[in-house]
Amino acid sequence: MAEFLINTVGLPDWLAWTVTAMVAAALILNVIAGGALVFIWAERKIAGRIQDRLGPTRTGGKFGWLQSLADGIKLLAKEDLMPDGADGMLFRLAPYVSFCASFCAFIALPFAFDFVGQRMNVGVFFVIAVLGLEVFGVILAGYASASKWSLFGAMREAAQVVSYEVPLGMCVVVPVMLAGSMDLVTIAEKQAGWLTNWYLFHDPFTFVIFWVYVTCAVASVNRAPFDLAEAESELVAGFHTEYSGLRWSYFFMAEYGSMFLVSALAALLFLGGWNGPVPVASLLGLSEGTGDTAGYFVRLLGMANLLGKATLGVLIMMWIRWTLPRLRIDQVMMTCLKYCTPIAAAMFLGAMLWQVALPGGLVPALRRPAGEIREGWLPGPGGAFALPSADAGKVAKVNP
Amino acid sequence: MNSVVASAVPLFGLFTEPVSVAHYLVVGAILFVSGVACMALKRNALGVLMGIELVLNGANVNFVAFASPYLQGEGSRSLGLDGQVFALFVILLAAAEAAVALAITLNFYNNHATVDVDRADDLKG
Amino acid sequence: MISALSMIAGISTAAPLPVAAINWHSVFFLLFAAIACGFAVAVVAAENVVRMAFYLVLSLGATAGLFFLAGAEFVGAMQLMIYVGGTLVLLVFGVMLTAQAPLVAIKGSGRDRVLAGFVGVALLAVLLQSAFSVKPWRAAAAGMVAEPAATPIGMSLVGVRVDDPAGGAPATNKRPGYMLPFEIVSIHLLVVLVGAAYLARAKRRKTPRAIEVAASVEPPASVAEHASIGRERQRSGSVLAGGRS
Repeated sequence: MAEFLINTVGLPDWLAWTVTAMVAAALILNVIAGGALVFIWAERKIAGRIQDRLGPTRTGGKFGWLQSLADGIKLLAKEDLMPDGADGMLFRLAPYVSFCASFCAFIALPFAFDFVGQRMNVGVFFVIAVLGLEVFGVILAGYASASKWSLFGAMREAAQVVSYEVPLGMCVVVPVMLAGSMDLVTIAEKQAGWLTNWYLFHDPFTFVIFWVYVTCAVASVNRAPFDLAEAESELVAGFHTEYSGLRWSYFFMAEYGSMFLVSALAALLFLGGWNGPVPVASLLGLSEGTGDTAGYFVRLLGMANLLGKATLGVLIMMWIRWTLPRLRIDQVMMTCLKYCTPIAAAMFLGAMLWQVALPGGLVPALRRPAGEIREGWLPGPGGAFALPSADAGKVAKVNP
Repeated sequence: MNSVVASAVPLFGLFTEPVSVAHYLVVGAILFVSGVACMALKRNALGVLMGIELVLNGANVNFVAFASPYLQGEGSRSLGLDGQVFALFVILLAAAEAAVALAITLNFYNNHATVDVDRADDLKG
Repeated sequence: MISALSMIAGISTAAPLPVAAINWHSVFFLLFAAIACGFAVAVVAAENVVRMAFYLVLSLGATAGLFFLAGAEFVGAMQLMIYVGGTLVLLVFGVMLTAQAPLVAIKGSGRDRVLAGFVGVALLAVLLQSAFSVKPWRAAAAGMVAEPAATPIGMSLVGVRVDDPAGGAPATNKRPGYMLPFEIVSIHLLVVLVGAAYLARAKRRKTPRAIEVAASVEPPASVAEHASIGRERQRSGSVLAGGRS
């Protein structure tokens, strides 16, 4: 887009880049805020249906679809309270820390082939790392509130973080290993084609590790059955006991943003990203790489695909939340460290061995030629390793 | 016109000149000195630990600056990969160091009900 | 819309500050450097240990931004993940475990302050002098040379170098990789993990607690049930599970 502004519109470079950055930031912000509006309504409806109720039915028509907007207005009008003993600065800052972390992680998240805020060579790693910073908001909120319940919530959160981050990291490594890259765009591109090309169906080990990822992802966004930090039946409301009004809603925006983010990450890593189960575009002879209208249309289609998968992931998380009871903190730590970590490690080894034995995956006939990158790393006939060409992003192939 | 502005606005040159290794070294030096001062000043054991983290981070900034090919002028070569790998090792060892130091601090707290490093004088003759 | 934008552009180029001459890389560098240094100083100046931890988070996070600007994307992400997301969470956890009112702000003596200030200023002077004393370090950067990539780092950690050799040395495949240091660090981390778990393990108390004494004197059936639940909680959990010790 910046190139378009410079070349066609004729803006100076700095203004073009600034405008581009602002547009990208606004779009991402709208994904989070708009997503939160829709998801809060959906959560109420789903919770209602699961508990044999109707959920909201009146606000804004038959299905109560204006409910989250009404909630927002109510929150805006609420008095902004702060406890007497609270650490004022940290208390005020904590919601923004949470929200910023959730927002920053979206920067490296691609929505379609070219639709990404900043394409990064270490995309997966960056997203996981920044998402991990969200916990600081929770911990600071819990400490700064000067309330025992909040502090308990914060301590539980800290203990939970150190337990789920280990298996989560291991799960993410497997698709990275299969794709030979940490770039999210590359990982998704490698899964182009039919449904069978998705890493979920690459081999039995990836299929298992996907479910480990789902477990850890639910733990990482503090949703039931892992919502120990807010456990309303034990800790009043946990880390946000003392929050009200708009500050409280920032925590919720961050939570829904992270839910969407981990679901989108699951879609990119295991479920083919923006590649649908049936490669409609390539069957029609269209390519997303081209800059013309057809390519743009294909990318829009891909974005719809990814958003659909991510939304499905969020809905499944809601389903889990309203179905399963909450675990105890020691059970959470046991689940993550004693079960998920060994399973993830074993599956990682298994996927590695499978990759050595059957590099083509389960259905080689339907698969693109895999391992373009890896060939360059193998020693050539003369024992020479491939040195990178001028473009250091790709390792050159060894000439036979 | 640029020179007029540059002379009118102090330090405007900082915004127009490209970043060099020396810029990063200054940041590294400030982080390092803050860390040393923190270690000397704080009596809270965790404050001392934070000082150590700052010192290690200052060293890391220098490693990355020397490793970066972007910051080198014409004719000079960067440290290349070695600097980045060293920075990685520093980060890993800092994590290990923090874990052990924290375990020691918590043990001290359990036994003495304080984290004041000046009170850790049981072995003093 | 477009004409309005170009009008804005035209006005701003005629504005007193020549925006076009600004090097945006430098601007972002200054931004991150200011955050990193400012909050590093704030760590020293702060009295409250929780605020110190928060300032440290911001300082180290901004340092990760500096790494990204220097083209070390992998190191930057690693800094965010391990340092900020791991080590500092651990540190904050420790702070909260020990943050009782008298311990939150332990003040140093005035003599210490003077001494630390003196040492700090002297050290800073020496370091700044050395930072500016080497001419190639002050040379203007050539700019973007190559896209940053994590592949050479990963390959070097398993002992294969695929990066361009530094210092103009000829490109051979005999250059040393980092396999041995990598393995040593792995073993080191494992040892540390075991050691930290051993140090921080829950100690068995020599003297029985009141509740255990109460449980051992044959209480009536209903009380015995309660006491056994209490003991169960003490054994299984810690402060986190709600059973206060």
